[in-house]
Amino acid sequence: MTATSAPSSENLLSAHARAEIDRWLTRYPPDRKQSAVLAALREVQHENGGYLTTELMDAVADYLDLPPIVVYEAASFYSMFELKPVGRHSISVCTNISCLLRGGDAILAHLEKKLGVKLGESTPDGKFYLKREEECLAACCGAPMMQVDHVYHEHLTPEKVDRVLDSLE
Amino acid sequence: MSEESVNIEVNGIPLQARKGAMLIEITDAAGIPIPRFCYHKKLSIAANCRMCLVEVERAPKPLPACATPVMEGMKVFTESPKARAAQKGTMEFLLINHPLDCPICDQGGECELQDLAMGYGSDASRFAERKRVIKDKDIGPLISTDMTRCIHCTRCVRFGDEIAGLRELGATGRGEFMEIGTYVAHSVASELSGNVIDLCPVGALNAKPSRNRGRSWEYVQHAAVAPHDSVGSNIFVHTLRGKVMRVVPRENDAVNETWISDRDRFSYEGIYSDDRLSRPRVDGAETDWETALEAAAKGLQAVITQQGPEAVGFLLGPTATVEELYLAQKLARGLGVANIDHRLRQADFSDQDAAPVFPWLGQALEDLEKVGAALLIGSNVRMEQPLAGLRLRKAALAGGRVMFVNPRDFEFRFPVAAKVIADPAGMVTALAGVAQAVAELQGETLPAGLTGLIAGSPSDVERAMAKTLIDHTPATVLLGNLAVSHPTFAQLRALAGFVARCSGARLGYLPEAANSAGGWLVGALPHRLPGGRAAPTLGLNARAMLESPRKAYVLLGVEPELDCWDGAAAHAALHGAEFVVSLSPYASAGDSPSHSRIVLPVATFAETAGTYVNAEGRWQSFQGASPPFGEARPAWKVLRVLGNLCGVAGFEYVSAEDVLAEVWGDCESVQPDNISNGDLPNWQSFQPEGLLRVADVPIYATDPLVRRARSLQQSPLMRPAEVRLHPEVAQALGVVGREQVQVRQNGRAVELPLVLDESIPRGCAWIPAGLPASAALGPAVGPVVIQ
Repeated sequence: MTATSAPSSENLLSAHARAEIDRWLTRYPPDRKQSAVLAALREVQHENGGYLTTELMDAVADYLDLPPIVVYEAASFYSMFELKPVGRHSISVCTNISCLLRGGDAILAHLEKKLGVKLGESTPDGKFYLKREEECLAACCGAPMMQVDHVYHEHLTPEKVDRVLDSLE
Repeated sequence: MSEESVNIEVNGIPLQARKGAMLIEITDAAGIPIPRFCYHKKLSIAANCRMCLVEVERAPKPLPACATPVMEGMKVFTESPKARAAQKGTMEFLLINHPLDCPICDQGGECELQDLAMGYGSDASRFAERKRVIKDKDIGPLISTDMTRCIHCTRCVRFGDEIAGLRELGATGRGEFMEIGTYVAHSVASELSGNVIDLCPVGALNAKPSRNRGRSWEYVQHAAVAPHDSVGSNIFVHTLRGKVMRVVPRENDAVNETWISDRDRFSYEGIYSDDRLSRPRVDGAETDWETALEAAAKGLQAVITQQGPEAVGFLLGPTATVEELYLAQKLARGLGVANIDHRLRQADFSDQDAAPVFPWLGQALEDLEKVGAALLIGSNVRMEQPLAGLRLRKAALAGGRVMFVNPRDFEFRFPVAAKVIADPAGMVTALAGVAQAVAELQGETLPAGLTGLIAGSPSDVERAMAKTLIDHTPATVLLGNLAVSHPTFAQLRALAGFVARCSGARLGYLPEAANSAGGWLVGALPHRLPGGRAAPTLGLNARAMLESPRKAYVLLGVEPELDCWDGAAAHAALHGAEFVVSLSPYASAGDSPSHSRIVLPVATFAETAGTYVNAEGRWQSFQGASPPFGEARPAWKVLRVLGNLCGVAGFEYVSAEDVLAEVWGDCESVQPDNISNGDLPNWQSFQPEGLLRVADVPIYATDPLVRRARSLQQSPLMRPAEVRLHPEVAQALGVVGREQVQVRQNGRAVELPLVLDESIPRGCAWIPAGLPASAALGPAVGPVVIQ
């Protein structure tokens, strides 16, 4: 019963997340709160260690006055949202055409061997997530490349990949 | 040529088109076929299926006809090689992932994809890879899903968003992984959900109750009228070898457009319930018709001879047809009986002489979607008359201001401009406040009889409501089911009448049942004859007949414990009576064993010819779709024979049409008019002491048929009998945390589950009626003790 339950957004979204969503909302007309759904999900996912839960999506829906299914649609459509628990550090290796020609495949194979997981899986210790990237990450001039969390690493070699990974907590 | 239209040419045929119209609207109107899946005239344009691609002169690529506005001089080719190639290409892609399981698909034979694949599909597929498979979802007892068949037209998604106002289905995932569903598994809880079954162009969404029961080409289609609410939705009943298999909408823009409510669609299951009676029963034993009818006639006559006609009461169900109600009152009056009523859930009859000939909507159903302001009093319109609710939703979305004075904060799927949520006494006070505010704004004075209802000066909300009604036209004031069952209905009616007249709004009623309007017109009333003429002898109303019990009752399609205002009084009266004749399709009355000495099995709405009068005063006749179950007979025939056996003159009818012609003679000249004329008594506002029970009738408990519809009973909209209390009231009573509480009303006690609910006003306990578990309690509104 919506009439009887307390709004879930109050309980689940941090004050910072709500402030961030409010900041995005000022950019759109008051009756177009749906426009802020991507920004809201990005912020909430970031605070939640890199993935979304149904409860969090419901909280975003509640906060933006949207039917929950609208948030599920957006979150399941965009590949940058994770709907299941994943490792703390998200690694995306580009295997699109430029990186492919420069050995992106070998970089991916090295990572799979090093981490002991397949593409799309997380390491059992929950540290790394080898994300299946949908498309080119737009760094062709630095091919082969990978994105780790929010940082681009270019001109990769297996040794450089090791150094990047070793530097992470 | 007016500036509002443009000239176009389709396949060489010159056509005039409304400026801004989409191409497909014009070709549809002109009868030029263009294939489509996602386009539907009642939904927004998605243009995502691409099936309606056509060639337009000077356009570099084929254009979708559903999303291409007409332009002056446009030349369109729907069947050119370029158009055909585009359509066939789309079809090839649609069929890539569509399973070819037509032989086991319920949609087979009435499938838009199957039909169009005949015209646009290839005879061999070039796709040799694996087809996509999607896991089916359980979205409730009414709709079956085979999501592998889905072609992603999103009609069902748009229906939820735009029409039902309940966006539960959506398209999650992307590309190859896109799926239609609810994402989080749950039952779709809409009163209109079944319409997605008709909208779905493939077999992804089908009717669960009729799934795998027959093939569409085997069904015989019969036009009928829905037997529940007063919208009178037009339906088709589909039968297979004489049995009703399913119900689908029959398009009528003036009444139900292309939709029907789930209640109208799935209630047919009640026709074949386990307690359906196939032969007459006398004292619990099956017998033949002759014996039963003679026993009924003799029994009635014996009571009348020994104790006088005042000892007999006729309780008539408001879902009975015009013909049945007319014959029932004619039989009663022929026997000298004046105790006749169909207003089973009404509580206050004090102003019945001033009531209109028949309380009606005050406007056409179509007008509801154009109102600038509407004030609904005691109405959960979304559940009571779902399609009227849909019209009001359209008005609200177009900027109309819909307002409520209600005994519970019901959930509506549209913006509510203003509301007063109060206990029954507070509803009267609030409406009196609105009346006072309207009078002040218009420079009028409140009639003297109403001034006693005023408590102080109007509140801000009441003033705002008054101003809205005056400022926005057209405006309407509507009385709903909970106004009619209100203990001081006469006060609400008088106040609503004043508010409407003084603010320039139309006064209307949302009649409760399919033939409530008909019941008034044909004189199924203790104080009026057919056509609204005053009755020579005044009989007892439905409530009085039960509160001062009669020796004998005649019931027509009524289960008194569940259908009357006071279930407990009904139970006592019926069980204490010497003689009860029940004309009913069913052997039992709810959960309790029948109190009737004689049960005469009669036909349901789908098995008889008849007529219903809807809220607008629209007379809609229909023919029987299937032969009655077992030896059941149409009730009008049973009443005719009873008339003959009782020696009442004028019962020589050959057909239902003969009866209708006679009724029409009485009612032809009736002009619908809701103005109540009568002197107002000097009312004083009443203040209930202690906790007050307030009851509505749940959406799937309104009449004997729907109460037996299995799938509807499992719907999430159908709550079990329970007590709803405001959390603060529960706190004060010390029952927070209890799962069950004891409810005492009029000396009777039942145990019911407790639900805390902030939508219930303080001072009220919400305990629905129409359910066996709460039938033992007293009237729909009355003091209760909870412990």
